[in-house]
Amino acid sequence: MRQLALTLALTALLVARLASAAPVTEETVTAIASQLRCVVCQNLSVADSPSEMARQMREVIRERLSRGDTPEQVTAYFVDKYGEWVLLAPRPRGFNLLVWVLPFAGLLVGAVVALRAALRWTRRPSESPEALAPAERERVRVELERLEE
Amino acid sequence: MRPRKRWLIPLAALPVLGLLAYGFRTDPRAIPSPLVGRAAAPFVLTTFEGKPVSLEGLRGQVVVLNFWASWCVPACYEEAPVLEAGWRAYRERGLVVLGVDIQDTEPAARRFIQQLGLTFPNAPDPQGRVSIDYGVYGVPETFVIDRRGVIRLKHVGAVTEPILREAVEPLLGESTT
Repeated sequence: MRQLALTLALTALLVARLASAAPVTEETVTAIASQLRCVVCQNLSVADSPSEMARQMREVIRERLSRGDTPEQVTAYFVDKYGEWVLLAPRPRGFNLLVWVLPFAGLLVGAVVALRAALRWTRRPSESPEALAPAERERVRVELERLEE
Repeated sequence: MRPRKRWLIPLAALPVLGLLAYGFRTDPRAIPSPLVGRAAAPFVLTTFEGKPVSLEGLRGQVVVLNFWASWCVPACYEEAPVLEAGWRAYRERGLVVLGVDIQDTEPAARRFIQQLGLTFPNAPDPQGRVSIDYGVYGVPETFVIDRRGVIRLKHVGAVTEPILREAVEPLLGESTT
């Protein structure tokens, strides 16, 4: 009886251990790698770079995942060693917020400017007759008459 | 737009030009390391001579940890004699120079050591584990670790004699506690 309990307990332990160490899929590795900057390249992610360094970094990602690290923990490891520079997308906080907010602010300002310009241009035809001074109107009439002759 | 405000248009380009002028002048590879001031990551390596070397085993000494590669021309070739001279000059006072060969092949690395007549320990890092642990993104990079195991300096590019002297001298005078 005691032996059975022990066997059961051991089996349960083994199953729990296997479950926690879920198989590491290439998708997860690539997903993490694509967020990291290849440190020996310029503007290439660890997922895209064929370099030796990037290959080694992918290997580290795989190893850490299979050890039970979450993707967040793996990313945090690289940030810890290389600084936030290693992230291809800067985190939206502090001074970094500027790069997240500025494009949208620019779009908004542009839209307002374009809208105002469009309004002004569509309004102009109705305003233009009044905008002519009597002297100018007289000159237009004279010129038109001369054309007809 | 009213004519008297026309001059505002080129003015709007100034901040962009300023930003570009700043951005294109900075070195995209000059990234401050977050590791300076922190405890150096432990490692265990095997030198080309087959001897195990660990950071733990070097505790109490000032460690100059130099990441290099045989294909790193000319910087690694320029600094190797400086490191060799520094190792000879300061080893009596408790300095260890340790070379870590990364992203390299063993025959080429052995030729490098032989060609430059290096006598300080050198070890390969075949999986790149140690170099990633130290946030290395190129060669050469050099870390100066004090007697308590804290990274005190990271130098990117070839180490020169004054750089080495100024980094190492004060640390040699420090006690281990």
